[in-house]
Amino acid sequence: MNAIEITGLVKKYGTFPAVKGISFQVKQNEIFGLIGPNAAGKTTTLRILATLLQPTKGSVTVFGFDVTSEASRIREIISYLPEDAGAYKNLTGMEYLEFIAHFFGQGKKKNAIVKKGEEIADLGDRIYTKVDTYSKGMMRRLLVGRALMIQPQLAILDEPTSGLDVRNAQEIRHIIKNSVTQGATVLLSSHNMLEVEFLCDRIALINNGYIIESGSPTALKKKYGAKNIEDVFTQVVR
Amino acid sequence: MSLGIIIKKEIKELLTPGTILPIVVLSIVFGSMGNMIGGIEEELGEKPLIGLINRDTGRYAGFISTFFDEEATIVYNGTDSAKGLSQVEDTGGVALLIIPSNFSGNILENIPGVVEVHWVMEGAGIMDSISSGVVDTLIADMNYQLSRLLIEEHVHINSSLMLNPVSKNQTTVFKGKELPGVSPGAISSMLSSQSIMVPIVIMMIIIMAGGTVISSMGLEKENKTLETLLTLPVKRAWIVAGKIAGSAIVGLIMAVIYMIGFGYYMQSLSFSELDMQKYGLTLGWGDYLLVGLSLFVTILAGLSLCMILGIFAKNYKSAQALTFPITGLAIIPMFLTMFKDFETLPLIGQMVLFMIPFSHPMMAMRALMFDDYVLVVGGIVYVTVFTIIAIAIAVHIFKTDRILTGRMKKNRGLKKGFPWIKKYGR
Repeated sequence: MNAIEITGLVKKYGTFPAVKGISFQVKQNEIFGLIGPNAAGKTTTLRILATLLQPTKGSVTVFGFDVTSEASRIREIISYLPEDAGAYKNLTGMEYLEFIAHFFGQGKKKNAIVKKGEEIADLGDRIYTKVDTYSKGMMRRLLVGRALMIQPQLAILDEPTSGLDVRNAQEIRHIIKNSVTQGATVLLSSHNMLEVEFLCDRIALINNGYIIESGSPTALKKKYGAKNIEDVFTQVVR
Repeated sequence: MSLGIIIKKEIKELLTPGTILPIVVLSIVFGSMGNMIGGIEEELGEKPLIGLINRDTGRYAGFISTFFDEEATIVYNGTDSAKGLSQVEDTGGVALLIIPSNFSGNILENIPGVVEVHWVMEGAGIMDSISSGVVDTLIADMNYQLSRLLIEEHVHINSSLMLNPVSKNQTTVFKGKELPGVSPGAISSMLSSQSIMVPIVIMMIIIMAGGTVISSMGLEKENKTLETLLTLPVKRAWIVAGKIAGSAIVGLIMAVIYMIGFGYYMQSLSFSELDMQKYGLTLGWGDYLLVGLSLFVTILAGLSLCMILGIFAKNYKSAQALTFPITGLAIIPMFLTMFKDFETLPLIGQMVLFMIPFSHPMMAMRALMFDDYVLVVGGIVYVTVFTIIAIAIAVHIFKTDRILTGRMKKNRGLKKGFPWIKKYGR
């Protein structure tokens, strides 16, 4: 079974079509990248997979569950990290992780989830200070910890390293790569082509609501005679 | 120059349809409310409607009779007190005045002439006792005129009686209860702690708890935590319920703190020395249960309504603007119930008051004192249905895209580059 099956997905906001009939599959235990320019339809697609938006047309399943009729089942096995997500400012980092962990387990299970989140976020003693005092990098680390601590079957990460400095971004990439070795499937969107090339087993290029190319980074580079994915992207989107 | 640019920017940012519209609506509503409550001047200028029974053939009773003929509109002038009272009630009159057979004789024998006043009280709102106040003033004036007559005629009676020859023996009939020895003004004053305190307490609870739930939604969007919350494995109905319950608790705490201070302030103002228990104007446990139930369902109704409004909040600032409709809906019944009783409002006013869910706990206490269970139980049923519908709508919206997009159908977006789509990302 594929982790994600999308067939003929259309999403309209009112009369405006944001996604115009895309289809792709994501296999289990792979990192799949959705890349494209601004307003291409990436976030809309991720939000539909995260059960936040409903498709206008087409079929979308996550591990066999339909996003419209079985949304609650999907929410049990996914974790979604929005691009500009935040956390509750009056909570400490630890309290925030505990709050989220409550929904996935109780007692020892909950404690294990929180411990995992603490490890991933790697904020040291600052985990016990209020989120309000965190820098952007610390906040993102906390949120990545939150997203991956539950060891989701599918992690949907929208621009996971957005706004982070080189060191923080690199650490988070390693965390994401490591999560796949522990059984997760990752779907991510990014503007950072180097990141995509480093992380993704396969990618799909999306532009103006359509998927215009897909394949492994190596295969795409070969197909377009490009040195890197950035060149592939430029050629395809041109 | 720079100052002008900054002022222009500030005005442009603050003076939006969202901030102006609620004020315009409120001012229209208050204007209509003024009409419903009715002009005080009109009421003061008009001759009051009274019934008059004169059982005395003496000179002074005749003098009084002529006085009231000139100063009031007599809707009954006969001898049957029951018939007279009924006529006064039917014509919307204020009181039935009875001059007993020994009125003039008593005065000449140094005994004050007693006028029996049977007040017909329709409502206990601040403005409901205005007409009785007019008649009360007339009686005082009549006393003065009779005193003048006695002085001019050099009647041999003691001086204190000459200055004050008439005394009242009054009984008020209000909502089927006969309250001997008190005037409508005294009853109104006795009930004014309910008239003022209860509506204010309820208004504060609704505004504070409602503001909390709307702000909570605004903060979720501003802090970008809503999306995460909505992807957690928890039913949307629980999210709605949790937000409503949390806000209710916070709102109640805030209202209690506020009201402790306000309570001390009100205690310093003495309203009445009348003992409500003496007149049977007390509530039993069952009544308090109904008041509590009415308040509970109303808070839920208010919070559910706020939850729906909160969905349209883009951030904390816009959430503040969204509290205006709730504030308006809480203030309207507060003023209406403060000034008028439900029964004394025109039909349209009664309909408006009944439809606003916040009115019911404001009216419940006074209604129960006079055994008007239909209004209270009917109100509880109505507000419960209102709450169920509002919660169902809120849960439904939580299950749709609208929770994130705020507004869905807005063709204007096509022309202006989809500002809301850009805002929430694609």
